Amino acid sequence: MTAALAGCTADDEGENAEILDETLTLTTTTSTYDTGLLDEVNAAFEDRYGVAVEAVAQGTGAALETGRSGDSDVVMVHARSLEDEFIRDGYGVNRRDLMFNDFIVVGPEDDPAEIDGMDDVTEAFQAIAETESTFISRGDESGTHTKELAIWDEAGIEPSGEWYREAGSGMGEVLNQANQTPGYTLADRGTFISQQSELDISIRVEGPIERGPDLLANPYGIVAVNPGVHENANYDLAMSYIGFITSREGQEIIEEYTVEGEQLFFPEAVSENPNFQQYVPEDWTPDEE
Amino acid sequence: MIELVSSLVPIADSFTPFIVDFPFERNYVESIIYVSLYVSLTAVLISTLVSLPIAMLVGFSEFPGKGFVVALINTGMGFPSVVVGLVVLFTVSNEGPLGTFDLMFTTEAMIMSQFVLATPVITGVSLAAVSSIEDGVRDAAYAMGGTRLDVALVTIKEARYGIMTGILAGLGRAISEVGSVLIVGGNIASSDGTSVTRTLTTAIQLEARQGRFETALILGAILVTLVLLVNGIVLRLGGGRV
Repeated sequence: MTAALAGCTADDEGENAEILDETLTLTTTTSTYDTGLLDEVNAAFEDRYGVAVEAVAQGTGAALETGRSGDSDVVMVHARSLEDEFIRDGYGVNRRDLMFNDFIVVGPEDDPAEIDGMDDVTEAFQAIAETESTFISRGDESGTHTKELAIWDEAGIEPSGEWYREAGSGMGEVLNQANQTPGYTLADRGTFISQQSELDISIRVEGPIERGPDLLANPYGIVAVNPGVHENANYDLAMSYIGFITSREGQEIIEEYTVEGEQLFFPEAVSENPNFQQYVPEDWTPDEE
Repeated sequence: MIELVSSLVPIADSFTPFIVDFPFERNYVESIIYVSLYVSLTAVLISTLVSLPIAMLVGFSEFPGKGFVVALINTGMGFPSVVVGLVVLFTVSNEGPLGTFDLMFTTEAMIMSQFVLATPVITGVSLAAVSSIEDGVRDAAYAMGGTRLDVALVTIKEARYGIMTGILAGLGRAISEVGSVLIVGGNIASSDGTSVTRTLTTAIQLEARQGRFETALILGAILVTLVLLVNGIVLRLGGGRV
């Protein structure tokens, strides 16, 4: 069946102009883009569907905002609270859990806050604040920034002072900045690994992938823009994309994607016992209707 | 110091074509250069067509509030590109006035924002050039029975070096700005590495974000070389006197 279908699309290429002309706009985070994962997934999707994917790397907040104004068709981000808000407000439909990796706290070799190897990331953050060691915050409403603020919150600290710097830029830039300064920062493992060769700072607190605290989990979700709100949303293609990336084939691409020999993302869409909470906002109950 | 030298080596290499360890695909760079040139040259062409008549009109006539108009044009020369990017974003966004045309994240939107950036520059510099043409030249053209169009052409001819400088300054402004094209273009490259809306400046920004400073520097060198080349060509065409 697949072979017949593939043969058929190959034959139709050029004639099937209606779909070939279409492009799918995906807004996403810098972490999926800068690690090179998306190029891999999108190339496979384009092979299969003959549709060009235009990926715009923006950071979670901006990616969702672009979806809200109807300028993208599908959104791939990593901040569940913001995704839930997006869905509750009616802008997104058919959310799926996609994959995960984890966050890590990176910092300089001399480790002024002495947090190396700590199991508790809130304690590590408290130590950074107490010793007033330089901490570079993304400060850009991204998924990583949202997570960082959640950890400060958990640690009972409102970070302020000269040691706490809001960079307002992407993960890569912030890693560079932490490297130059030097200082601590919260990073997603994927971006850190793909940039590791350029950096002198290293992992101080591990995430759950290396048996660190669950608080540092970093799950990615994918949501289609609701065609009921935005008429021009390319909903069928968006669902094809979501279907492809959450299929066995798509998940395998994620599984097999490595940078410098390390796996960056762990697929979690295919399951015998799907977690129903992935389709609706986390604390949603039917009574709300 | 050693670091500086080692980071300069690849720049030197980039001037030797077909070098072996080019850190990126040729297709990638070529398509980025193409998009950069296509967007900026188109924007500057349209800007020029709009700017020259305005410069002539304002330059030749006396009216109340002329000083204000000139001040407005000069202010526009320094308009921050991110602000222009935001304004164009709201205009072309799905919910904006031009939303139906689906221009978000396209080269057309990028041309629009660079047009907005380049027009005041070209208008301002051309206006100065036109205004500096002595009245005698125009009077002579009128005296010889020239129509308004003839007089305009004579003025353009007299002020051509100044106008050319204005156009070059406009191009420099357009091709080197990063703020607005990043916002309205989205810095998109397809999965095979062909640029869709990625320009040299946004590519430099992306490479720097990922810590690949050498690649960023090479792209920077290409950008500077390109601007130099365009300047050289225009100067040659203009007879080498600016």
